[in-house]
Amino acid sequence: MLFDQFRLAVDGLKRRRLRSWLTMLGIFIGIAAVVSLIGLGEGLRNAITSQFDFLSADILSVEAQGLALAGPPGTGTATPLTDDLAAKIEKVSGVEAAINRYMESGTLEFNDRQQIGIAISMPDGDHRRIIETMLNVEAEDGRLLKDGDKRKLVLGSRFGQDEMFGKGVKAGDRVLLSGISYEVVGIMKRKGNFFMDAAVLANENVMLDDFGDDGTVAIIGVKVKDPSEAGRIKEDIEKLLRKERDVKEGEEDFSVSSPEATLAQLNSTLFAVQLFVYIIAIISLLVGGIGIMNTMYTAVIERTKEIGVMKSIGAKNSSVFTLFFIESGLLGAVGGLIGIALGLIFAYGLAALGRAALGVGLIQAKVSLGLIIGALLFSFVIGTIAGVLPALQASKLQPVEALRSVK
Amino acid sequence: MKRATIIKLKNVWKIYQMGDVEVKALRGLDLEVKDGEFVSVMGPSGSGKSTAVNMIGCLDIPTKGAIYLDGKNIAHLEESELAQIRGRRIGFIFQQFNLIPTLSAVENVTLPMMFQNKSTAEERRQRAEKLLTMVGLGDRLYHKPTELSGGQQQRVAIARSIANDPEVILADEPTGNLDSVTGKVVMDFLAELNEKEDKTIIMVTHDRYVAEHADRIEYLKDGVIVESKEKRKRMKRRFLNGRNHNLEVRKN
Ligand SMILES: Nc1ncnc2c1ncn2[C@@H]1O[C@H](COP(=O)(O)OP(=O)(O)O)[C@@H](O)[C@H]1O
Ligand SMILES: [Mg+2]
Repeated sequence: MLFDQFRLAVDGLKRRRLRSWLTMLGIFIGIAAVVSLIGLGEGLRNAITSQFDFLSADILSVEAQGLALAGPPGTGTATPLTDDLAAKIEKVSGVEAAINRYMESGTLEFNDRQQIGIAISMPDGDHRRIIETMLNVEAEDGRLLKDGDKRKLVLGSRFGQDEMFGKGVKAGDRVLLSGISYEVVGIMKRKGNFFMDAAVLANENVMLDDFGDDGTVAIIGVKVKDPSEAGRIKEDIEKLLRKERDVKEGEEDFSVSSPEATLAQLNSTLFAVQLFVYIIAIISLLVGGIGIMNTMYTAVIERTKEIGVMKSIGAKNSSVFTLFFIESGLLGAVGGLIGIALGLIFAYGLAALGRAALGVGLIQAKVSLGLIIGALLFSFVIGTIAGVLPALQASKLQPVEALRSVK
Repeated sequence: MKRATIIKLKNVWKIYQMGDVEVKALRGLDLEVKDGEFVSVMGPSGSGKSTAVNMIGCLDIPTKGAIYLDGKNIAHLEESELAQIRGRRIGFIFQQFNLIPTLSAVENVTLPMMFQNKSTAEERRQRAEKLLTMVGLGDRLYHKPTELSGGQQQRVAIARSIANDPEVILADEPTGNLDSVTGKVVMDFLAELNEKEDKTIIMVTHDRYVAEHADRIEYLKDGVIVESKEKRKRMKRRFLNGRNHNLEVRKN
């Protein structure tokens, strides 16, 4: 019975093909918007999260203001952090270790080609293990650095590929970093994080020797014993640094940030963007639903006589209702299916275009099965809700009146 | 053989309110139809023929009066009960054929069975094909109404009217849109249903010759029966013999 009703409903849609397509337009634009934008948003969120995954909840980082990504533009030259601060921070209660971290950008040369490389320092001893877990690095080829390695480097995964130098660097190769020859002992596993994948790791003392030590550091990485105390420790460090650097509260020329907080802020920004998209999509779907309702009312009027005929051959009100109800639901569901297909094309197409244009893997689309099923159900529900009133009207028609109708 | 009364209308009134004007379509109509009878209803346009037939067919309810179907008053039943009676016990044939335009002949005939939901799709299809073959449309099973002539469409409607094997067939000017030759073919099938399947038939017609096929002719005027003319079975028999011959010719 239901199958036959279904068949009749499809029939009803086919006979006004153009109108059915136009009606579905509202739904599939809405659904396409939802699927593609949410898909891109999810992809972006994933990408951002992966940029942060080398930072964990028990790590704080101290930077001079202006060097930080989040620093307001035009803050001028920041007063760099000095290398004596780490020892002082380590005395703050709850701090397990405070590690000076040096960074130098230089040219990396191999196979007669040059690329920019950011050298990151690796400390000796226990601190090395902390930084390794913090950065979550593993060797894909060769090994990681160890204490006592002289003029040895570990390179990010991208340098292992042909694209950088025309030929991938392998463990054992020699490269020039800012004109000095180093041996590459390992290539890191790909992390999907463009900063780490293009990083160059060198031992701290080697970096200080080769690039010079001016007593300043780029970042001080702080590992706390108990992540739940991170907030309190952050405040204590801020208090300490205000005193050390002689600045007033509110005028800090440094920042102590926890990656968690930064990530949460980024996430909330993303969420706001997504919320906006949801609202647009919902408006579009509402309009689509009203379109379906309108089409169904028209269909009921056009087929008044047929409804009379069906009743005269024994159709109950409920059968007539079901027929129009299914028809309306189908308008929603088919519109939703097309919308999903379009949304997938948009999302993955835009992501691919973005990657091609920017050359980085940051822009990615991720459309989950849940999103697809949800979108399909939602569009079906919109269709059925929009169909309730017209279907009720159809079912309540008086048989004789309906039969007398000219149409 | 004495037949039982299957349909009885007692003092049936139908009054339509058209703004300030009351249109009295039926004014105390009395009518009795016996099981297996073939009754023709004649009368001028607007005399209430369709109104009366629609009421017997449970498509409409009277303003006043009682309508008995097998002794049960159907004048004040609920729509769902009326729908059930329409579906199972009544077969309709209309002047306009009233087939669903997008459905094939077979699908149109399966529709009443589908609404009863008692058989499988396959059983319905087989029965529809059998009925259509019976009315001479075995080679037009999957044609759409637009691909059929008026006479053929009306034969699909006849097949549809008996899909659920009802006791009563109501035909409102079934030949009104047909020329006399195709109209005669349709009449022959109706007569055969009455004669062979023992269906009770009430048929509205303007055509005196068409009305002659019935056992009885009732004349309606201004919503009441003004004249009733009984006929003898013998005439019908003679007519039927002639028809069978015609049928053979027509099928080829
Ligand atoms: N729904 C209606 N509303 C108002 N008047 C109606 C309606 N149906 C029928 N009538 C009137 O009732 C009278 C009988 O109509 P009908 O039964 O169709 O006559 P017939 O079939 O004999 O031509 C006519 O005057 C017609 O105009
Ligand atoms: Mg009439």
